[in-house]
Amino acid sequence: MAGGKTVLAGGNTKSWKLLLGLRIFAFMATLAAAIVMALNKETKTLVVATIGTVPIKATLTAKFQHTPAFVFFVIANVMASFHNLLMIALQIFSPKLEHKGLHVLSIAILDMLNATLVSAAANAAVFVAELGKNGNKHAKWNKVCDRFATYCDHGAGALIAAFAGVILMILVSGVSISRLLFNSNKFSTTKAPATATDVP
Amino acid sequence: MVKLTQRLGGLVLRFAAFCAALGAVIAMITSRERSSFFVLSLVAKYSDLAAFKYFVIANAIVSVYSFLVLFLPKESLLWKFVVVLDLIVTMLLTSSLSAAVAVAQVGKRGNANAGWLPICGQVPRFCDQITGALIAGLVALVLYVFLLIVSIHHVVDPFLLRKS
Repeated sequence: MAGGKTVLAGGNTKSWKLLLGLRIFAFMATLAAAIVMALNKETKTLVVATIGTVPIKATLTAKFQHTPAFVFFVIANVMASFHNLLMIALQIFSPKLEHKGLHVLSIAILDMLNATLVSAAANAAVFVAELGKNGNKHAKWNKVCDRFATYCDHGAGALIAAFAGVILMILVSGVSISRLLFNSNKFSTTKAPATATDVP
Repeated sequence: MVKLTQRLGGLVLRFAAFCAALGAVIAMITSRERSSFFVLSLVAKYSDLAAFKYFVIANAIVSVYSFLVLFLPKESLLWKFVVVLDLIVTMLLTSSLSAAVAVAQVGKRGNANAGWLPICGQVPRFCDQITGALIAGLVALVLYVFLLIVSIHHVVDPFLLRKS
């Protein structure tokens, strides 16, 4: 075979299928986390004070927009799921373009950046949610979850989906890095391998 | 010659990241302030908030790791492992920094909808030191993003960008 143009990602190599499967799951997880948190809202009428014998009621709403950490959570998960969608489309519709070095490198770097983004968003949201669930007696912050139980439950579901997304994004980054290393090893050898390319 | 400057650049970056992470840990640990509020006395420590404890632990792990990797010889086979570990460490840094910033933002502005009052008005020096620690954590994070690219470049052949 003349030249060194071996196609790294034909449609049928094992790493291609693994990467596609992982990306689909990561896309679903981050999208689910974003949607559940974005639709998280609870309205309740509570008795705030009692003057004499007349209870004063107020209608309070718990929305995700009240907390900047949750806003960041929704935005970051939307960005990560959009990235995954783009990569899935790229992988399905152009499997033959991936042998250029810079292409594989940029995919690996983008995967790593999005993995860190999702991990940052999930962690910020989980620590603020812990403050809402347990309160903090040193700072005299009361807990929120005893009154807005449904809001807290939905938020917990979104957080679990986001952490599943974090683990899946780490796996996706790992597979992308290994494809990058494999791709570079192929190009650094002077002889083109005679056998078919299949990722170990 | 090019390889020598690359290696030196990588070492300098890693040493700077080590210093930044260590500075963040020290700044946060030594932040402690007592404020008297009429007869009540409020002591603000970093360990009152779980996110700050996580920040201290994560940055301590990062600084120990950076110190150990400084001594890794150039031709060792562990550099492939260092790429994965650098990714994990970068994720640790981003998650700890973003959790600490989220909680510190609640402490500074409060949350009117949840009825949480800001505490920075009562302990201003504590708040300033926490801010300094978070800035050091941010510097460590930026340095580690560059270090991730450097260690990938170390493992992958420098001729990656040559089109075959």
